[in-house]
Amino acid sequence: MDDIILRTISRLIIPFIEIYGVFIILHGHVSPGGGFSGGAILGTSLILYTLVFGVEKAQKKFSHKVSDIAESGGILWFILIGLVGIFVTGYFLTNINAGFPIGEPGLLLSAGMIPLLMIGIGIKVASTMITLFHTVIEEAHHGSA
Amino acid sequence: MIVLNVFLVGFLIVCAIAVERTKDLLSAVIIFSAYSLIMSVLWLLLKSPDVALTEAAIGAGVTAILFIAVIARTERMES
Repeated sequence: MDDIILRTISRLIIPFIEIYGVFIILHGHVSPGGGFSGGAILGTSLILYTLVFGVEKAQKKFSHKVSDIAESGGILWFILIGLVGIFVTGYFLTNINAGFPIGEPGLLLSAGMIPLLMIGIGIKVASTMITLFHTVIEEAHHGSA
Repeated sequence: MIVLNVFLVGFLIVCAIAVERTKDLLSAVIIFSAYSLIMSVLWLLLKSPDVALTEAAIGAGVTAILFIAVIARTERMES
Protein backbone atom coordinates (compact mmCIF):
# COMPACT_ATOMS: atom_id res chain seq x y z
CA MET A 1 0.00 0.00 0.00
CA ASP A 2 1.95 2.99 -1.28
CA ASP A 3 -0.06 6.15 -0.72
CA ILE A 4 1.47 9.51 0.22
CA ILE A 5 -1.46 10.56 2.42
CA LEU A 6 -1.35 7.31 4.40
CA ARG A 7 2.44 7.48 4.81
CA THR A 8 2.46 11.12 5.95
CA ILE A 9 -0.42 10.75 8.40
CA SER A 10 1.03 7.53 9.86
CA ARG A 11 4.43 9.15 10.33
CA LEU A 12 2.70 11.96 12.25
CA ILE A 13 0.39 9.80 14.36
CA ILE A 14 2.53 6.76 15.28
CA PRO A 15 4.80 8.64 17.78
CA PHE A 16 1.74 9.95 19.61
CA ILE A 17 0.22 6.45 19.88
CA GLU A 18 3.50 5.10 21.23
CA ILE A 19 3.83 7.91 23.79
CA TYR A 20 0.24 7.21 24.92
CA GLY A 21 1.06 3.52 25.34
CA VAL A 22 4.21 4.25 27.36
CA PHE A 23 2.23 6.74 29.48
CA ILE A 24 -0.39 4.09 30.30
CA ILE A 25 2.31 1.52 31.14
CA LEU A 26 4.21 3.88 33.46
CA HIS A 27 1.05 5.18 35.20
CA GLY A 28 -0.38 1.67 35.71
CA HIS A 29 -0.34 1.89 39.52
CA VAL A 30 -1.89 5.36 39.94
CA SER A 31 -4.49 5.55 37.14
CA PRO A 32 -6.59 3.18 34.97
CA GLY A 33 -4.58 0.99 32.67
CA GLY A 34 -1.42 -0.95 33.21
CA GLY A 35 0.99 -3.27 31.48
CA PHE A 36 -1.58 -5.18 29.41
CA SER A 37 -3.57 -2.19 28.08
CA GLY A 38 -0.48 -0.08 27.39
CA GLY A 39 1.31 -2.97 25.75
CA ALA A 40 -1.69 -3.60 23.50
CA ILE A 41 -1.67 0.07 22.42
CA LEU A 42 2.10 -0.10 21.72
CA GLY A 43 1.56 -3.26 19.66
CA THR A 44 -1.26 -1.56 17.74
CA SER A 45 1.07 1.26 16.70
CA LEU A 46 3.55 -1.29 15.31
CA ILE A 47 0.70 -3.07 13.48
CA LEU A 48 -0.24 0.29 11.89
CA TYR A 49 3.38 0.67 10.75
CA THR A 50 3.29 -2.81 9.20
CA LEU A 51 -0.01 -2.12 7.40
CA VAL A 52 1.22 1.16 5.86
CA PHE A 53 4.90 0.52 5.08
CA GLY A 54 4.79 -3.20 4.28
CA VAL A 55 5.99 -6.27 6.10
CA GLU A 56 9.57 -6.13 4.79
CA LYS A 57 10.32 -2.69 6.26
CA ALA A 58 8.59 -3.64 9.50
CA GLN A 59 10.69 -6.81 9.73
CA LYS A 60 13.82 -4.64 9.49
CA LYS A 61 12.59 -2.49 12.41
CA PHE A 62 11.25 -5.34 14.55
CA SER A 63 12.60 -8.70 13.42
CA HIS A 64 11.83 -12.11 14.92
CA LYS A 65 15.19 -12.02 16.72
CA VAL A 66 14.29 -8.77 18.52
CA SER A 67 10.82 -10.07 19.40
CA ASP A 68 12.33 -13.30 20.78
CA ILE A 69 14.59 -11.25 23.06
CA ALA A 70 11.71 -8.91 24.06
CA GLU A 71 9.28 -11.71 24.93
CA SER A 72 11.75 -13.83 26.88
CA GLY A 73 13.25 -10.76 28.52
CA GLY A 74 9.85 -9.49 29.66
CA ILE A 75 8.85 -12.70 31.42
CA LEU A 76 12.37 -13.28 32.82
CA TRP A 77 12.34 -9.75 34.27
CA PHE A 78 8.98 -10.54 35.95
CA ILE A 79 10.35 -13.79 37.44
CA LEU A 80 13.56 -12.07 38.58
CA ILE A 81 11.57 -9.43 40.51
CA GLY A 82 9.49 -12.23 42.03
CA LEU A 83 12.61 -14.16 43.07
CA VAL A 84 13.87 -11.14 45.03
CA GLY A 85 10.83 -11.64 47.28
CA ILE A 86 11.62 -15.38 47.67
CA PHE A 87 15.22 -14.76 48.68
CA VAL A 88 14.44 -11.96 51.15
CA THR A 89 11.19 -13.05 52.85
CA GLY A 90 10.36 -16.52 51.47
CA TYR A 91 7.24 -15.56 49.47
CA PHE A 92 7.02 -14.99 45.68
CA LEU A 93 6.42 -11.35 44.61
CA THR A 94 6.71 -9.83 48.09
CA ASN A 95 6.48 -6.08 47.67
CA ILE A 96 7.19 -3.74 50.58
CA ASN A 97 8.51 -6.31 53.07
CA ALA A 98 11.26 -7.32 50.63
CA GLY A 99 12.80 -3.86 50.80
CA PHE A 100 11.33 -2.15 47.75
CA PRO A 101 10.89 1.61 48.50
CA ILE A 102 7.22 2.50 48.96
CA GLY A 103 7.51 6.16 47.96
CA GLU A 104 4.64 8.57 48.47
CA PRO A 105 1.18 7.11 47.65
CA GLY A 106 -0.45 8.74 44.62
CA LEU A 107 2.79 9.91 43.01
CA LEU A 108 4.52 8.29 40.05
CA LEU A 109 7.40 6.88 42.12
CA SER A 110 5.40 4.74 44.54
CA ALA A 111 3.97 1.24 45.11
CA GLY A 112 7.34 -0.48 45.38
CA MET A 113 7.97 -2.95 42.55
CA ILE A 114 4.65 -2.61 40.67
CA PRO A 115 6.01 -0.11 38.07
CA LEU A 116 8.96 -2.44 37.36
CA LEU A 117 6.56 -5.38 36.81
CA MET A 118 4.36 -3.20 34.56
CA ILE A 119 7.34 -2.37 32.32
CA GLY A 120 8.08 -6.09 31.86
CA ILE A 121 4.43 -6.97 31.10
CA GLY A 122 4.15 -4.05 28.65
CA ILE A 123 7.21 -5.12 26.63
CA LYS A 124 5.99 -8.74 26.49
CA VAL A 125 2.41 -7.91 25.42
CA ALA A 126 3.54 -5.43 22.75
CA SER A 127 5.97 -7.89 21.19
CA THR A 128 3.38 -10.70 21.35
CA MET A 129 0.83 -8.58 19.43
CA ILE A 130 3.28 -7.67 16.67
CA THR A 131 4.62 -11.25 16.41
CA LEU A 132 1.08 -12.68 16.00
CA PHE A 133 0.31 -10.20 13.22
CA HIS A 134 3.65 -10.69 11.44
CA THR A 135 3.26 -14.49 11.50
CA VAL A 136 -0.22 -14.41 9.92
CA ILE A 137 0.76 -11.80 7.30
CA GLU A 138 3.99 -13.60 6.32
CA GLU A 139 2.20 -16.91 5.67
CA ALA A 140 -0.41 -15.11 3.53
CA HIS A 141 2.47 -13.54 1.60
CA HIS A 142 4.10 -16.89 0.85
CA GLY A 143 0.78 -18.57 0.08
CA SER A 144 -0.16 -16.10 -2.68
CA ALA A 145 3.31 -15.94 -4.23
CA MET B 1 -28.73 8.19 31.75
CA ILE B 2 -31.13 5.23 31.87
CA VAL B 3 -32.28 6.01 28.31
CA LEU B 4 -28.66 5.97 27.10
CA ASN B 5 -28.03 2.68 28.88
CA VAL B 6 -31.12 1.05 27.36
CA PHE B 7 -30.17 2.35 23.91
CA LEU B 8 -26.61 0.98 24.20
CA VAL B 9 -27.73 -2.43 25.45
CA GLY B 10 -30.31 -2.61 22.64
CA PHE B 11 -27.61 -1.82 20.09
CA LEU B 12 -25.45 -4.52 21.69
CA ILE B 13 -28.22 -7.15 21.31
CA VAL B 14 -28.86 -6.15 17.69
CA CYS B 15 -25.12 -6.38 16.95
CA ALA B 16 -24.84 -9.82 18.56
CA ILE B 17 -27.76 -11.20 16.55
CA ALA B 18 -26.41 -9.63 13.33
CA VAL B 19 -22.97 -11.22 13.81
CA GLU B 20 -24.64 -14.61 14.07
CA ARG B 21 -27.03 -14.07 11.12
CA THR B 22 -24.73 -12.58 8.46
CA LYS B 23 -23.12 -14.81 5.82
CA ASP B 24 -20.36 -12.34 4.84
CA LEU B 25 -17.50 -12.94 7.29
CA LEU B 26 -15.88 -9.52 6.65
CA SER B 27 -19.17 -7.79 7.58
CA ALA B 28 -19.37 -10.01 10.66
CA VAL B 29 -15.91 -8.90 11.79
CA ILE B 30 -16.80 -5.22 11.33
CA ILE B 31 -20.09 -5.63 13.23
CA PHE B 32 -18.18 -7.44 15.99
CA SER B 33 -15.76 -4.49 16.14
CA ALA B 34 -18.70 -2.09 16.60
CA TYR B 35 -20.02 -4.44 19.32
CA SER B 36 -16.67 -4.14 21.14
CA LEU B 37 -16.68 -0.35 20.89
CA ILE B 38 -20.21 -0.11 22.38
CA MET B 39 -19.20 -2.62 25.06
CA SER B 40 -16.25 -0.39 25.93
CA VAL B 41 -18.57 2.63 26.39
CA LEU B 42 -20.80 0.46 28.60
CA TRP B 43 -17.82 -0.57 30.76
CA LEU B 44 -17.05 3.14 31.17
CA LEU B 45 -20.66 3.81 32.29
CA LEU B 46 -20.31 0.91 34.76
CA LYS B 47 -17.37 2.85 36.32
CA SER B 48 -14.71 0.41 35.18
CA PRO B 49 -12.32 2.49 33.03
CA ASP B 50 -9.59 -0.13 33.27
CA VAL B 51 -11.64 -2.79 31.47
CA ALA B 52 -12.96 -0.17 29.02
CA LEU B 53 -9.40 0.73 27.98
CA THR B 54 -8.46 -2.91 27.44
CA GLU B 55 -11.69 -3.64 25.55
CA ALA B 56 -11.15 -0.69 23.21
CA ALA B 57 -7.56 -1.69 22.46
CA ILE B 58 -8.00 -5.47 22.21
CA GLY B 59 -11.63 -5.96 21.15
CA ALA B 60 -12.01 -3.15 18.64
CA GLY B 61 -8.39 -3.04 17.45
CA VAL B 62 -6.22 -6.12 17.55
CA THR B 63 -8.97 -8.77 17.30
CA ALA B 64 -10.51 -7.19 14.19
CA ILE B 65 -7.12 -6.88 12.49
CA LEU B 66 -6.21 -10.51 13.23
CA PHE B 67 -9.62 -11.75 12.00
CA ILE B 68 -9.27 -9.75 8.77
CA ALA B 69 -5.77 -11.15 8.23
CA VAL B 70 -7.16 -14.67 8.62
CA ILE B 71 -10.08 -13.93 6.22
CA ALA B 72 -7.53 -12.71 3.66
CA ARG B 73 -5.99 -16.19 3.77
CA THR B 74 -9.30 -18.11 3.58
CA GLU B 75 -12.71 -17.49 2.02
CA ARG B 76 -14.79 -14.39 2.57
CA MET B 77 -18.25 -15.92 2.27
CA GLU B 78 -19.63 -18.54 4.62
CA SER B 79 -20.80 -21.59 2.66
